[in-house]
Parts: sequence; structure tokens; C-alpha cells
Amino acid sequence: MESFHHALNFKYDLCIGCSHCTSVCPTGAIHIENGSPMLDSNRCVDCGRCYLACPVNAIYIEQDDFQTIYNYKCPVVLIPSIFSAQFPEKISQGAVLSAIYHLGFKYVYEVEKSVDLMKEVIKEQILNSEREKPIISSFCPAIVRLIQVKYPSLVPNILPMRTPLDLTTLYIRKRLTDQGIPAEDIGIFYVTPCAASIAAVKSPVGEEKMPVEGVINMNYLYNKVFRVIKEGVYKLREDEFDFHPISQNSLYFTLTGGEIKDIDVGRNLAIDEIHNVSEFLEKLEDEDIDNIDYLELRACDESCAGGILCAGNRFLIEDRQLKRAQGKPKTVTPEENKLLNYFPYLRENLKVGKVSPRSMDKLDDNIAVAMRKMKRSFEINEDLPQVDCRICGYQTCKAFSEAIVNNEADVRQCIFVQRILEQTDKLTTPEALKLMRKVWGEKKIEKHSIKHLDLE
Amino acid sequence: MNFEYKVEGGDFTNAGSTSSIVKKMMKQLGVHPDIVKRTVVALYEAEVNIVAHANRGVIYVDLDENKVHIKLEDEGKGIPDIDQAMQKGYSTASPEVREMGFGAGMGLPNIKSNTDELKISSVVGKGTTVEITNYFNK
Ligand code: SF4
Ligand code: SF4
Repeated sequence: MESFHHALNFKYDLCIGCSHCTSVCPTGAIHIENGSPMLDSNRCVDCGRCYLACPVNAIYIEQDDFQTIYNYKCPVVLIPSIFSAQFPEKISQGAVLSAIYHLGFKYVYEVEKSVDLMKEVIKEQILNSEREKPIISSFCPAIVRLIQVKYPSLVPNILPMRTPLDLTTLYIRKRLTDQGIPAEDIGIFYVTPCAASIAAVKSPVGEEKMPVEGVINMNYLYNKVFRVIKEGVYKLREDEFDFHPISQNSLYFTLTGGEIKDIDVGRNLAIDEIHNVSEFLEKLEDEDIDNIDYLELRACDESCAGGILCAGNRFLIEDRQLKRAQGKPKTVTPEENKLLNYFPYLRENLKVGKVSPRSMDKLDDNIAVAMRKMKRSFEINEDLPQVDCRICGYQTCKAFSEAIVNNEADVRQCIFVQRILEQTDKLTTPEALKLMRKVWGEKKIEKHSIKHLDLE
Repeated sequence: MNFEYKVEGGDFTNAGSTSSIVKKMMKQLGVHPDIVKRTVVALYEAEVNIVAHANRGVIYVDLDENKVHIKLEDEGKGIPDIDQAMQKGYSTASPEVREMGFGAGMGLPNIKSNTDELKISSVVGKGTTVEITNYFNK
């Protein structure tokens, strides 16, 4: 199996082993061993729910060293339009832009420059009767991965097209080299609002190589830019943030419903938040849901405004973005958005390679063995208490029963099973403690770990 | 492995729950997604037929490492002419009902095209038995 790059990592020194991350993961990718979270890298889709749930910020999102931008003579930054909506209203777009330049970038572009092309493509695909319906948007990388691992039969429905990020990157590179800038001088850095897009950029699905030279955590850039603004050290540039005019729909695109907005053909649906999406995909697999042509699916609540690397409240961010969009023209001319002149070139490069399913549900590569394991896991699960308390270290009793048949766990890790065995003297207290330590580590069950409770 | 599920006539809310369970098991076995899809489509149609046309029914699922065999037995009015019901587009519904998009036959042709083996028997006034078999290794 291909290996998948993940943007999330644990800081084990900060982790308190609380298992909140285990509990919220939509794919059951985390279990606890020895007091620490263990990631099943085949299951994780980089949705970031665990990052949001961790009470002590023990999960961090990797990023490239910011200093690498200075390795290029012509560093370019590609920011999602939602970036400027992070800042309070009193900070002008111009100030934000000027502060970004101040950090050393030569060009600043917004990712959504290519949305107008994307919209045309979506329309064409809806009208294409040969295309498997409903078409599932390939925009949200966490959703693409979710379908690969959990809904493999829907993989053919994913739109095999590049995303706005790829298209805008292609455009910038072409335009700058057309202007005579040597290719090796150009370093394009993508500012990302989520872990999934970092992971996708580092190991793109259906493509061989990374489209950009580096990724920058949006939260990191936000703090850096805010600092520059507060210190007032930047020079306010006349060319406002919108020196590259952008259409209204481009700014709506990353909000919920924005991708299908004004697509006046077909019946199209927008769903946000990964559990909502899972619920719908489950249904889509089970029955014929007729007459849907296009599905805009996003892993985050309120789509990219709720990206885990956004600074601040997602509803306020969304509101700022909507306000900005409302002040924009419905369409822009090729003079205003030069990217429009590159449509033919971008169209030639629109398609991506095959997206392949990589189901994680199967219990074994050998179907006869899988059959035996399934049977056994059903039996074990029947004997478990169905409390889903996670004391065994797993998300649910069912997940635990599957780990047992895969020889990854011992049924006596279940606290209920322990109590039952102790009653019949089949398990001694030291043995039970040993099992607990295997899951929760030393600290939590040390005698001295109780300091404040009066248990005498 | 053998499972049994009861289906109530008229309970459209829960139609499809058996296909959902069978789907999850087939995924755990690592059956190819295309075969899972075919089975789920066929089973869903057959399950909805019970809900729509019969009083009640039982679904027997027999899953082994080579195939899934599903028997759907219902108590209901039965099908007088199975050959006719197997024709594409055949329907007993009135043109008005079909206009609304309902009553487009019993989906038997659709079940057939998604199964490797299909057996249907019916006694008018008593009920219908549909047997679906799909193989995993083709
Ligand atoms: S990023 Fe999402 S899928 Fe991955 S471990 Fe965290 S919650 Fe699970
Ligand atoms: S949520 Fe997970 S990573 Fe964070 S402290 Fe708890 S166990 Fe550790």
C-alpha cells in the first residue's frame, strides 16, 4: 500500500493521555497505548477533529521552515482568500497585504483566482452525461481521503480534476517564467487553513509531485502578520489587497454552498462537517439517491472558515468573507484577472491521474481469514459491555473487538472483563494493574498519583 | 455466517437497513467495491419491494468467503406473471402514479443486472421469494 503523509503529529511530552482525540476521530484512527495516542496512518484522513479536541494542544500541525522562502530570489505566497477574513474589521485589507510583503514576499496571490475556471468545469461536468453521478467535488482533501478509505465504491464519483490551488499555482509559474524569471528562482509557498491540505500538498492524491515549494501554516502567518501590523513597521502600499480583482463567486467558493452557488444546471447539494458528510455518503452507498448531480462536501464545519488553522470564530470569519464578497463584481475581465487569459493552458492541465480506493475496513487480505476474524469479533463484541468507555484504549467496544482478533489487543484490557475475571480468581490485582499500565502508562495508576483525595 | 432480518411492510423509514449492514460486513471482508455496490443495489431494491408491496418479510443472509446468498421471503399479494414483471419498464401502477416518478415497476430488471444469480418464485395471494447470489471471485 502507498504510504500517506500526515500533517498531524503528537507532542508526547505535553500529552496527558486523556483519549479525547480517540473519541472524536471519524475514522477511528487513534487508540491509546502506554498512555499515549497511536495513529493508524492508513485510517487518518487529516481532518483535524483530534487537533480541535485536544485540551492541552498536544497535537501540532507540521509546516515548512519559514526561512526557506529566502532561498528563492522570487518568493511568492499563495494565500486562501479566507486569510484576510481572520483580521478584525478595523485592520484594512491594504494593511494585511502590505504586512505580507514586508515579510519578504515578492508576489502575493489569492488561491481563488482560478475559481471562475473551476466553475465552468463543474458546469460542463454536470452536463456531461457520461460522467458517473453524483459527481463528488475534489476540493476538500480530507473528503477525498475519507472516500478512499471508507467509501471506496464512491471513488469513481470523485471529480478527477485539479483544485483551484493547483490551477492558480500552474498559472503563476507559467506567467512568471513567461516574464523571463528563471524557474529555479521561483518559490511558491501555499498558506493553508487546514491539516488536510498540507497532507495533500505533501503527498498529492493522483499526482506524482508537490505543486508548490513549501507550505505555511495559516495560523503561523496570521500571528506573524498581526505582529508586523501592530508594530507598524510596514510601508502601506497603495495597491490595495485587491490589486488582483477577484469575482464575487471566487470569494464565496470556500464557504459552505459557495462551490455550487450560481451553478444553474443540475441538482446540487452542499454538506459541511465530516460526520454530516459521512452520514450522507453512507446513505449514498446504501440506496439510490436519485437526481443529484453534484456534491460539494467539506470536512470542516462552515467549510474553510472553520479550517482548524483559522484564527478566531468561524461564524465571524464567514461573515467578514461574505461582506467582502458582496462588495465585488459578479464577473471580472481578463484585464483585471490575468489568469483568465491562461484558460486554454490551464485546461490542458486540468485532469489528474487516477484516484484509487484504499479501503481500511477489511480485517485481512485473505478473505477466508477475514471471514474467521469477523465472525470471532462479532462474538467477542457480544460479550463486551457496549459502554464505549475507552478504558481498553479503543474508541468503541466494536473497534476493540477488531483489535483483539488482529492480535493487537488483549480482551482483558476491558475493565468489565477484568472485574468478572477477578470475581472468579482468574485475574489477580497485580495482573490487572499490569494490563491497565499497558494501556494508560505508569503515571495514571501509580499509588502516589493520588495526592489530594482523602481515601483513608 | 448466517443472519436474519425482519422487514415490515409500509416501513419506508427503515428500508435499506439490511443492505447497510450487509455492506459493512462485505467491506470488512475486503470484497471488491464494485461487487459490494452491485449487492447493495440489488438488496436495497428487493428490500424496498417488500416494504412497498408486501405485508412483512424476512431476509436471510448467508455470507461465506466465496459469495453472499440472500433470500428475501415475503408475505403479500405475490406476482402473477414473473416473466412480465422482469421486463424493463413493466409496471402495474397507473400512468398518474408513474408520472410522479413512482411505481416504476418492481425494479426486478435492476436487481437482475446487479446479481450473478437470481431466482424468483411467487404464489399469488401468499407471497414472493427472491434469491440473490453474488460471487466475490470472478
Ligand atoms: S486528523 Fe481526523 S482522521 Fe486523522 S486522527 Fe485526527 S481525527 Fe482522526
Ligand atoms: S487529546 Fe489525545 S493528544 Fe491530546 S492530551 Fe488527550 S490523549 Fe493526548
